[in-house]
Amino acid sequence: MGTYIPHTKEDQALMLTSIAQTWDSLLSTIPDNVRLKRELNLPDGLSEFEVFQIMKNYASQNVVFNTILRGAGAYDHYIPSVVKHLSAREEFVTAYTPYQSELSQGILQSIFEFQSMMASLTGMDAANASVYDGATAAAEAISMSYERGRRTVLLSHALHPETIEVIKTYVQELDVTIKMIELHDGQTSVDSLKSHLDETVCAVLVQHPNYFGILEDVSSIRESITDSKVKFIVSVNPMTLGRLANPGSYGADIVVGEAQPFGLNLAFGGPYLGFMCTTDKYVRRLPGRIVGQTLDSEGQRAFTLTLQAREQHIRREKATSSICSNQAHCALTAAMYLSSIGPVGLKEVATQCASKAHTFARKLEKIGYKVTYPHEFFHEFVTTTPVSTSLIESTLAKHGVLSGLILDDNHMLWCVSETTGDQKLDDIVTILAEVNHG
Amino acid sequence: MAKLIFELSAAGHRAVTFPSTSCQDVDFKAFEAQSLPDLPEIAEIDLVRHYIGLSKMAHGVDTGFYPLGSCTMKYNPKLNEDVASLEGFAKTHPYQPAWSVQGNLKAMRHLQDALSEVCGMDEFTLQPAAGAHGEFTGMLIIAAYHRTNNDTKRTKVIVPDAAHGTNPASAVMAGFDVVTVKSDANGGVDFEALKTLVDDTTAALMLTNPNTLGLFDPNIKAIADLVHDAGGLLYYDGANLNAIMGLSRPGDMGFDVVHLNLHKTFSTPHGGGGPGSGPVGVKKFLTPFLPKGSYLREHPESLSFAPSQSIGRMRSFHGNFLTTMRALTYILFNGKGLTEVSKVAILNANYMMHHLSDIFTVAYPQICMHEFVLTLEKEKDKYQVSAKDLSKAMLDFNMHPPTMYFPQIVHEALMIEPNETESKSTLDEAIALFKMLYQRMIEDPSYLQNAPYTTPVKRVDDVLAARVPIVKYQKESK
Repeated sequence: MGTYIPHTKEDQALMLTSIAQTWDSLLSTIPDNVRLKRELNLPDGLSEFEVFQIMKNYASQNVVFNTILRGAGAYDHYIPSVVKHLSAREEFVTAYTPYQSELSQGILQSIFEFQSMMASLTGMDAANASVYDGATAAAEAISMSYERGRRTVLLSHALHPETIEVIKTYVQELDVTIKMIELHDGQTSVDSLKSHLDETVCAVLVQHPNYFGILEDVSSIRESITDSKVKFIVSVNPMTLGRLANPGSYGADIVVGEAQPFGLNLAFGGPYLGFMCTTDKYVRRLPGRIVGQTLDSEGQRAFTLTLQAREQHIRREKATSSICSNQAHCALTAAMYLSSIGPVGLKEVATQCASKAHTFARKLEKIGYKVTYPHEFFHEFVTTTPVSTSLIESTLAKHGVLSGLILDDNHMLWCVSETTGDQKLDDIVTILAEVNHG
Repeated sequence: MAKLIFELSAAGHRAVTFPSTSCQDVDFKAFEAQSLPDLPEIAEIDLVRHYIGLSKMAHGVDTGFYPLGSCTMKYNPKLNEDVASLEGFAKTHPYQPAWSVQGNLKAMRHLQDALSEVCGMDEFTLQPAAGAHGEFTGMLIIAAYHRTNNDTKRTKVIVPDAAHGTNPASAVMAGFDVVTVKSDANGGVDFEALKTLVDDTTAALMLTNPNTLGLFDPNIKAIADLVHDAGGLLYYDGANLNAIMGLSRPGDMGFDVVHLNLHKTFSTPHGGGGPGSGPVGVKKFLTPFLPKGSYLREHPESLSFAPSQSIGRMRSFHGNFLTTMRALTYILFNGKGLTEVSKVAILNANYMMHHLSDIFTVAYPQICMHEFVLTLEKEKDKYQVSAKDLSKAMLDFNMHPPTMYFPQIVHEALMIEPNETESKSTLDEAIALFKMLYQRMIEDPSYLQNAPYTTPVKRVDDVLAARVPIVKYQKESK
């Protein structure tokens, strides 16, 4: 049986004697009427070897696809070795939240660097240290936006469906009205947005590129929001910012998103990395940890958790968010990833994703697929398929390829990243052409 | 202080490259970025040295003793990390078809069943990403339950004054008004005060048991009956579950909803602030309210199942999945021995408390569970040495200090949770350090007031940080 308890039985006996207690007396403060009077109904503990076999057996019952053409909020990118090794450093892995700043400068500085990178990427003034994931980041951004008499939020119908669901969950017990902005050909309709704007609206949230991979008309959306009390919130896949203009440049007030593409495994959906960035105007409304630069008693640069008057451990029931633990280690990993590829590398990854996706789309069109929407897309796109999407999924799976995501019987949402080689894309098109011919 | 990574940047440096492609570039026209983001350009060797340098300025459980109260900083087994890096777990896409992730689903089911047994609950959802997220989930479940019963006047959630700050904040996020119940002279919930607060407007009582003083509430059964008889529900904050595994179960105490912190009790690493994982367990009558996308016993084929009265989705996908696999690994390793884990956690706490109590003042002197609280109120008056000063002095001795100034009902509080993975000799050294520093306080208070001395930076100015916020790198800030 395994144990991580270092004491021998003799140690324990010695300790009990030295404090003049017995096991019975130590446990006596648990009232008899709530004592568990049996063993836990769990198997005996196991050796490390046995446990690893069991877990390996579970892992082996999953299919690991060698090519992944599915995104929809979770993206397959190359993770450099240096990122894997550095992020596994035990001092980072086994530390708690850096409450004791003098002992935690390494953690604090790494978060400060992460915040700086995200602020620069999004064109914002500030970032927090992370939240649970991209969907909860969007929900937290909504919570930042309320004003007296203004509690209507307008959500694009082209947000990730789970983001919409999470926002609805978050506000369900609060006096908040959600209105959905309609789509036109897969893109958020500016006319629909305008028709919903009134003096009760506090926020407009769009995803760019949206769930279908389409670039939103962010400039027109920004221009249509003329009331300064309405926050323009943009959800982005931050990898696309290697190529696309940052949200600060087109007037976003709050930028959120999922930074899993930055060095985090697909991991069946988590842990991932929600990020939140904003302007100086709203920085004191950000939820969660923020690291700030300051000085120590000798005047040296130092870092510490700051603006804590926003947070639950100070404000308790007056805090706007209860978040405490975040995704700090994922943020560390993302900062390592961005540092390992640099600005030029990020542009290259983004460019490869987009160019490969467009090439793949053109090749699919040659074999009877139709790109469903007329708008420009980044590295995800919807096709209307010539055969049933379930047949496409099952056929590609036999070749070790995870197809695009099935939206319905004849619509599939594809995603191409830098991890799929040119030849592989050709091979997949060949397989799909054969499927067409039965 | 180390340089910022931006200060190491030099144009043209880069670590990682990518295979080339002959796919034609796309012109995004008006959407194109006009300049590159300000990311560091750095060669791989310099990148490695930068982060190794930062790692040396961090303190983890692997570095030294970490008795941070209510955080359960136990040893994080290496086996967990090996399991989490298995390709079958790490490389699966969350939207893979169910037939291709049967191993993930079986492992999730295994963990949910094991957690149900440890807690005496009927079902768990692994979706919540952290403890506070679990609290919010639980509060939404309770709100939905009362609404389903048309019991709409239940607007209040009762929270003890010793509770974690996340408790009241989570209750408010779920639309409740928070009512605070005070603690009695023995540190438990003041039962008489509670009686006056519980009525037909009570939606729930949120409780940590043992509480943040490390004390098991002797009236827990009576408290549960009182709240239930009035039609309210009981919510269990699992932050302190490490004290009671195999000894007592929240479900048997009368709790209807619990959240756990897998990054505390179940040994998953905390990563400098996260990721955690905050599974929520419920009694059977509340399973229809669980989040959409929970993986439920009755629906083993579906990953996106929404129970009939679901509160909705709490986050995307299936929770912090790799964290949950680490916890399952830990549970398999310990098995029934989880009981021993809790017993030794209790032994270690009482051992430290006993051997400190001849010099230090224990806030509530009685047998404790897995943690206890000291108060330095007298010393603050007599020597002008605060709980913070004593903590800062510990930083020079490779020990993370206890939790400071919490719970808020104890003045100059130091909350100590040694946990079961520390040896007797580590505890003895910590006790000796506490006593040595106490002696220094008497002889030379300024020694503690000016500590630390050997850390990479000296006492950090938190007030300045908040007054003049600098939250990102600015080129001129060198």
